[in-house]
Amino acid sequence: MVRHFHIDNPTMKNDSSTAGVHIPSARAIESVGAGGFRSDLLRSTSKSSAIKAEVRGLDFHYGGFRALKDVSMQVQANEVTALIGPSGCGKSTFLRCFNRMHDLYPGSRYDGEIRLYPDDVNLLAPDIDPVETRIRIGMVFQKPNPFPKSIFENVAYGLRITGEKRRQVIHEKVEKALRDAALWDEVKDRLHQPATSLSGGQQQRLCIARTLATEPEIVLFDEPTSALDPIATASIEELIIELKERVTILIVTHNMQQAGRVSRYTAFMYLGELVEFGETSRIFTRPAKRETENYITGRFG
Amino acid sequence: MEPGTHDLRVLIGRQRLCDVLFEGLGAFMLLMSLFILAALFINLAIEGLARLQPDFFLDFPSRRAGQAGILSAWVGSVLVMLVTAAAALPVGVAAGIWLEEYAPKNWLTDVVEINVTNLAGVPSIIYGLLALGLLVHQFRLGESILTAGLTLGMMILPVVIVSTREAIRAVPQTIREAAYGLGASRWRVTRDHVLPYSVAGILTGVIIGLSRAIGETAPIITIGALTFIAFLPPAPVSAVPPFINFEWLSSPFTVLPIQMFNWISRPDPAFQSNAAAAGLVLVILTLFMNAMAIWLRYRARKRIKW
Ligand SMILES: Nc1ncnc2c1ncn2[C@@H]1O[C@H](COP(=O)(O)OP(=O)(O)OP(=O)(O)O)[C@@H](O)[C@H]1O
Ligand SMILES: [Mg+2]
Repeated sequence: MVRHFHIDNPTMKNDSSTAGVHIPSARAIESVGAGGFRSDLLRSTSKSSAIKAEVRGLDFHYGGFRALKDVSMQVQANEVTALIGPSGCGKSTFLRCFNRMHDLYPGSRYDGEIRLYPDDVNLLAPDIDPVETRIRIGMVFQKPNPFPKSIFENVAYGLRITGEKRRQVIHEKVEKALRDAALWDEVKDRLHQPATSLSGGQQQRLCIARTLATEPEIVLFDEPTSALDPIATASIEELIIELKERVTILIVTHNMQQAGRVSRYTAFMYLGELVEFGETSRIFTRPAKRETENYITGRFG
Repeated sequence: MEPGTHDLRVLIGRQRLCDVLFEGLGAFMLLMSLFILAALFINLAIEGLARLQPDFFLDFPSRRAGQAGILSAWVGSVLVMLVTAAAALPVGVAAGIWLEEYAPKNWLTDVVEINVTNLAGVPSIIYGLLALGLLVHQFRLGESILTAGLTLGMMILPVVIVSTREAIRAVPQTIREAAYGLGASRWRVTRDHVLPYSVAGILTGVIIGLSRAIGETAPIITIGALTFIAFLPPAPVSAVPPFINFEWLSSPFTVLPIQMFNWISRPDPAFQSNAAAAGLVLVILTLFMNAMAIWLRYRARKRIKW
């Protein structure tokens, strides 16, 4: 079974000059009650929008186990796309294809394509250097994982591996990244203290700053708030909403409300397949598939 | 009281008895081994402490027990240890890193792994035989400090490799993924993260290896170290250019345990106290090295938190 999901405009599939393609004005958006969708996220429908990445027929194998089955979808530039689904359905596996994280482990195999725009390159092609891909596509992990170095060195590390040597530039970019991650005021007087002395929520924002420092085009978030309390979670969500002005965001979450709050598009995955994909407001109010409805209403299993 | 509660109490009581018995047994065994160690040490101290004067460290061996010292022996030991560390550290660390970070996981690397672990159990005299054939006769390195250092280096290589791998494995995979995720190459991840975070563990392994090597006698005798040396090797550093020379590497030598062995085998009881004093020096050296390893580990644990 082949499923392709497109956002309202199937003609852009094989168009290599997709930058600047307009999405036809979205359908009327239902107002949502207690779930609390950020209506301003969905209001700017006339804004010009482009495809940042397109997944085509993606299959992924861990050795003999087929963890992703023919996944196809589009990722809108400067939007937040949420991945939801029950545990073990392949959300992390899918996310980690984008930065070729699976290359680190033997026995993994990709089939299909992830095309990155506007360059129109296939990220999974064997001649693409995963190191370069990872500079362009950053990742924030489930558990905060700062390096056991100073706060400053954590953020500066990405710059150092991209060959930046000018101290002045590094200082400026570290400060900017920390400001973008809404952490600057809390750490500006203790930049040279160990990163592990920060609280969990601060550590996660530090990891976000570390990822932002090299100005990636896409940031992948794998359950970034699952280890955090509600206040830290709220601050990270706010951050994600602000960040989409500059980067494209893919976020895995187990929290329906979170998907509703931060994302414009949602993909529901089940047993390695992409079951349904569309605007978050639509998925949550009028899911087309029975599995999706069962999952979001909690009647799963 | 419900039926069965009583049975349960009896069962719990019996288990508690087992607990107490085992605790007592364990504590007794521990005390026993500590006691034996202390007895050995005290015995050495009683016999040798009087000889531990500055002269003892500054005199060459002599036919007269009262004037004999361990100068050539401790200098020899130090120089041999230098060569041992210089040989085992880079090779062992590189091998450990390769096995842990780079090697593909297949049957060939499995065989290498098993062999490395097995090598740690090979009797030290076998290393001596190997070195005699290979280093002394084949490569004509002579009965020199270089030969001894390389021999002991080979001997402690498995310890260094195994401890390097353990230290590296203690670096959480999430840290590696964080670095790879930023676009670091394998080499950068190893250099900037894996090695710095595991350096204390690696050094601990090296020190433990060296503290084993410093007491080794059999392989050194096998390669033909002399038991009576009344001169020092050429100094490695000097005041005139080129300041550093490597002539000492090819010099004949003796080491502390061989000096001890030599004194023990003499009939004159005065030499026995010399041997005890040299043994005391050796034991203190070993304890000091182990203390350093513990301190390194402790500091790393305090400094690096994940
Ligand atoms: N390294 C691996 N080797 C083999 N199978 C794996 C590996 N990692 C994950 N899997 C399998 O792949 C499937 C998808 O796993 P994945 O981690 O992507 O799920 P997930 O949707 O992220 O789940 P969760 O919500 O619990 O994080 C699961 O069935 C899992 O057992
Ligand atoms: Mg996951």
